[in-house]
Amino acid sequence: MLKVEGLHAGYGPVSALEGVSFEIRRGSVTAVLGANGAGKTTLLRTISGLVRARSGRVLLDGEDVVGEPVDRLVRLGMAHVPEGRGVITQLTVEENLRLGGLWRTGRGRDRLPGVYDLFPRLQERRAAAASTLSGGERQMLAIGRALMARPRLLLLDEPSLGLAPQLVAQIMRVLRDLSSDTGLTVLLVEQNARAALSVADHGIVLNVGRVVAQDAPARLAANDQLRHAYLGF
Amino acid sequence: MQRFVDLTLNGIANGAIYAAAALSLVLIWRATRILNFAQAGMLMFTTFIAWTVIDHGVSYWLGFLVALASGLAMGALVERTIVRRVEGAPPLNAIIVTLGILVLLQALAGMLWGSTPRSFPPAFSIRGYEIGGHAVLFSRFDLFTVLVVAAVMAGLVALFSWTSLGLRMRASAFEPEVARLLGVRVGDMFTVGWALASLVGSLAGVLVAPSVFVSPNSFDAILVFGFTAAVIGGLDSPSGAIVGGGLLGLALSYVSGYAGSETVTLGALAILVATLMVRPAGLFAGPRERRV
Repeated sequence: MLKVEGLHAGYGPVSALEGVSFEIRRGSVTAVLGANGAGKTTLLRTISGLVRARSGRVLLDGEDVVGEPVDRLVRLGMAHVPEGRGVITQLTVEENLRLGGLWRTGRGRDRLPGVYDLFPRLQERRAAAASTLSGGERQMLAIGRALMARPRLLLLDEPSLGLAPQLVAQIMRVLRDLSSDTGLTVLLVEQNARAALSVADHGIVLNVGRVVAQDAPARLAANDQLRHAYLGF
Repeated sequence: MQRFVDLTLNGIANGAIYAAAALSLVLIWRATRILNFAQAGMLMFTTFIAWTVIDHGVSYWLGFLVALASGLAMGALVERTIVRRVEGAPPLNAIIVTLGILVLLQALAGMLWGSTPRSFPPAFSIRGYEIGGHAVLFSRFDLFTVLVVAAVMAGLVALFSWTSLGLRMRASAFEPEVARLLGVRVGDMFTVGWALASLVGSLAGVLVAPSVFVSPNSFDAILVFGFTAAVIGGLDSPSGAIVGGGLLGLALSYVSGYAGSETVTLGALAILVATLMVRPAGLFAGPRERRV
């Protein structure tokens, strides 16, 4: 579904990705792990078109999408939930949700019931300003809003950031279920390696812009050296 | 008492025009963080176009519509061709560019129409209504001014609150990057924002034209007052622009009526400074966002 080949990207003189390559299967959950500054966020931002790749290819179902504008990538089925969630606090919960589906149907309302089923809490708060939501509610809103577009590939940047452990577990479970029930492909960037590996089919470890390991979660977790050096548990 | 009522009515009519001028600045500021100094030139230009139509003996109303339509087109054109290149660049670049457009338009208007002030007809009589044998300082044209500004404001509120275009525009203004990630063509939304702002500006132009005459520089003052009104209202808030315009209109009408018309500009400055001292972010500044 998504294949990344020799991806280089950075900001000004700083190089954040130095030849990253991997492939993810349709309907799988892939976790990208690594410490702060490993290049995880840049990787997602390059895949979704916010950062221009310096070289390398991003193949979405075989089509090289490097250099495509963000709105075209969205229309090809990519949804990116950015770091810090990107909830638009000046809008209400329902306005945020509708925004996610606008390009698809012109209204996007038809997907609302499904998202409210998934996150009943959002329905209770649908008229509230998004600024009044708690951290967990904001994460639900960000994921729900991404789902409004019926994406094929969901990119998530640190969904666990600042959330209590049971909320992290709940979010991870939702991602797991979405993938197994609807065939959604998920690419998840996480510092919380333990939580991410608990739901992932595949793990990729980044360190200063390079892939240092990729394997099944159980095997990554069993590698003591890797765990201590890069995963922090 | 009669005098006070007169000044109040006059202030409301002027305030409507200031509100429209303020709104034309706020809509652009809010969407692109650019203070559009060119607005004075843009609305001058569209008013000249309307003047040409009316001067050729075509109806006032066609001229009025041509002003609004050319305002819409000019806003989109200016954004697409010139301003787009400095969006997201350091603020000084945008300031220089909009000032440059202002100078360009004023020079162009001078070449096309000359610098002699032209009189611009009002849509309706500017003779005050007779109430109890006294002609109040409020005419049918003033009533028209207030109503048409109110109608345009209501239209904008409806657009922003209830349409998907309005939702996409608000999202692009608040969080452009997030909006892009949700498939919004943010650049197009900025173009629409400029077009609408310029439409509102051109409305202010034709409404104020009968009292200032039309020449390349005759609309500079309206922009100063519009800017003052926008800052009073908080620069970020369309409703603030409207209230700011109304308050400024009233205040300046009282200053002009009781202290003399030569003190109006000084009065505007005093009001601006007083507002900034009491509420530095403007009357309608939203509460600071709570970080979670």
